[in-house]
Amino acid sequence: MNSAAISVSDLTKVYGERPALSHANFEVPMGTVCGFVGPNGSGKTTTIRMLLGLIAPTGGTGSVLGHNISHPEKYLPQVGAMIEGPAFYPALSGRENLNVLASLGGFPTSRVQGLLDQVGLGDRGSGKFKTYSLGMKQRLGIAAALLPQPKLLVLDEPTNGLDPSGIQEVRNLIKDLASDGTTVFVSSHLLSELEMISEYLVMLRLGKVIFSGRTQDLLAAQQPILVAKPEYEFDLGKLFEIAKSSGHTVTLVDGQLHIVSDPNWAPALNRLAFEAGVTLASLTPVFPTLEETFFEMTGE
Amino acid sequence: MIHVIIAESRKLRRPTLLFSTMAITVVLSGLFTSLLFLLINSKDGNGKRGQMISPASLSLPNGVVTGFTSTATLLGIVALCIFAAQTAQEYTFGTLRNLLVRQPSRMKILGGKYISMIIFAIVMDVLSLIISVIASYALAGHAHVTTVLWNSGAGYREIGHAFLNVLITTLGFGTLGMILGLALRSPISSIAIGVIWVLIVENLLALAVKKSGPWLPGYLISNVAEGGSVDISYQRGLFLGGAYLLVGGAIVSYLFKKRDVSN
Ligand SMILES: Nc1ncnc2c1ncn2[C@@H]1O[C@H](COP(=O)(O)OP(=O)(O)OP(=O)(O)O)[C@@H](O)[C@H]1O
Ligand SMILES: [Mg+2]
Repeated sequence: MNSAAISVSDLTKVYGERPALSHANFEVPMGTVCGFVGPNGSGKTTTIRMLLGLIAPTGGTGSVLGHNISHPEKYLPQVGAMIEGPAFYPALSGRENLNVLASLGGFPTSRVQGLLDQVGLGDRGSGKFKTYSLGMKQRLGIAAALLPQPKLLVLDEPTNGLDPSGIQEVRNLIKDLASDGTTVFVSSHLLSELEMISEYLVMLRLGKVIFSGRTQDLLAAQQPILVAKPEYEFDLGKLFEIAKSSGHTVTLVDGQLHIVSDPNWAPALNRLAFEAGVTLASLTPVFPTLEETFFEMTGE
Repeated sequence: MIHVIIAESRKLRRPTLLFSTMAITVVLSGLFTSLLFLLINSKDGNGKRGQMISPASLSLPNGVVTGFTSTATLLGIVALCIFAAQTAQEYTFGTLRNLLVRQPSRMKILGGKYISMIIFAIVMDVLSLIISVIASYALAGHAHVTTVLWNSGAGYREIGHAFLNVLITTLGFGTLGMILGLALRSPISSIAIGVIWVLIVENLLALAVKKSGPWLPGYLISNVAEGGSVDISYQRGLFLGGAYLLVGGAIVSYLFKKRDVSN
């Protein structure tokens, strides 16, 4: 059996003339948290729907938990998913909505109360779904995804509509599940969140995979910078020359110098500045964030 | 499939849906049966389409279920609405994707849904039969109808036949509703189109186009409940009506199996 939880090769979906996903190739290793990012309309939900057997690929293949995606019945019992927002019967209570899905999947309904507690809906389970707030609906969606005690959890924008503490709870939940060995494939536009939890990343742009691999490797490919600020503004020019003559690319941003360089060069810069009579008010190494890398790579 | 049936029954036994449907069933059966007996000998008729049904014919063994069978088309319309809504709502609520993640076999989803609604329709028809028979006995004296033959073996057989035929009609209309729900993927449009077609369009067509009646699906399905009529034989109703539903059902089942689920 394949050690990848998800693996797709040349996976393609064309709507009319327009490819929503074009020759995608990537793997999500078992037991990791993998972020799935890309601008609006880049094909994330389309990919997830194909992985769950909801839409048929136009071309290519894929496998989930070692089974071909043309046989979703073989792996879906071990997969929990929330796709593009929570969808439930408005006139049924949150609890009864979960009971419907538990009955359908052949899971004991005795799990339901525990799940409601887990997502913070423990005392609101008997309220009708239509009376829930946006965040409560989202939480119910997450509870439904956890129903099968999944080996693979697929979440499409799970933090949509959640308040900051809700976002934090989801982050902790994902971390807990991952530490118990669950593979999590999560799409989100909250890149700082993903950066905190995802070991792996798949990045889409216009239906194409532009990166897949370790988050670390993606960020390492981007140059870190040193942000330097002299004590006196009139020293900016002098400092600029020092950095530039040492062979670095330098830009002036808001009264500070952004010097593309290895952070290890910081002590040397400090010494050079001191020797030239420039005192530094601050000197900080700054590593590129996922967000900056995202903008850089997607050209958004 | 049993899992699907259990899951579906959770939706069907929602109190508002269950009680309102059963209340409608009670009212319709009670009303139709009562009018049959209360308007006896009225010059506007006491049966469907102004028919006159005499105390003598109501005293025959099948008199006990005449009220019940005349309710069939409306019970059918109720079933049409429920079957259509329960199917199409999965698309409008977006819940179909949840169902398919938990049960990827689309035919099992469809089959389980259908069976659970058949059970619902059976409950509805049993209730209707009980109400209608009670009302018939209660009002027979008032209409000078004798119930001796009702209480005979022939009477009981008539009850059995009528129940089966009304059930076939109810399920026929329900199936039509489910077909429309799957085809149109919207509860409102499938119910509106189904009800308008059966209650209005077919009647207009039957008037406008001579001899079109025996070809219209609604007429054919309704006809089964009455055990056949002058225009349409019982067999024709059963087989041609059934054939329409089979073809329609096959087409929408194929679509349901193959179609992308992207809402
Ligand atoms: N059923 C459909 N019919 C036609 N086009 C579709 C359909 N579903 C998706 N698309 C198109 O496919 C492309 C990818 O859509 P998709 O929903 O996968 O994007 P996404 O990455 O999930 O975006 P978002 O971040 O906004 O959720 C879009 O151009 C969209 O318009
Ligand atoms: Mg999306």
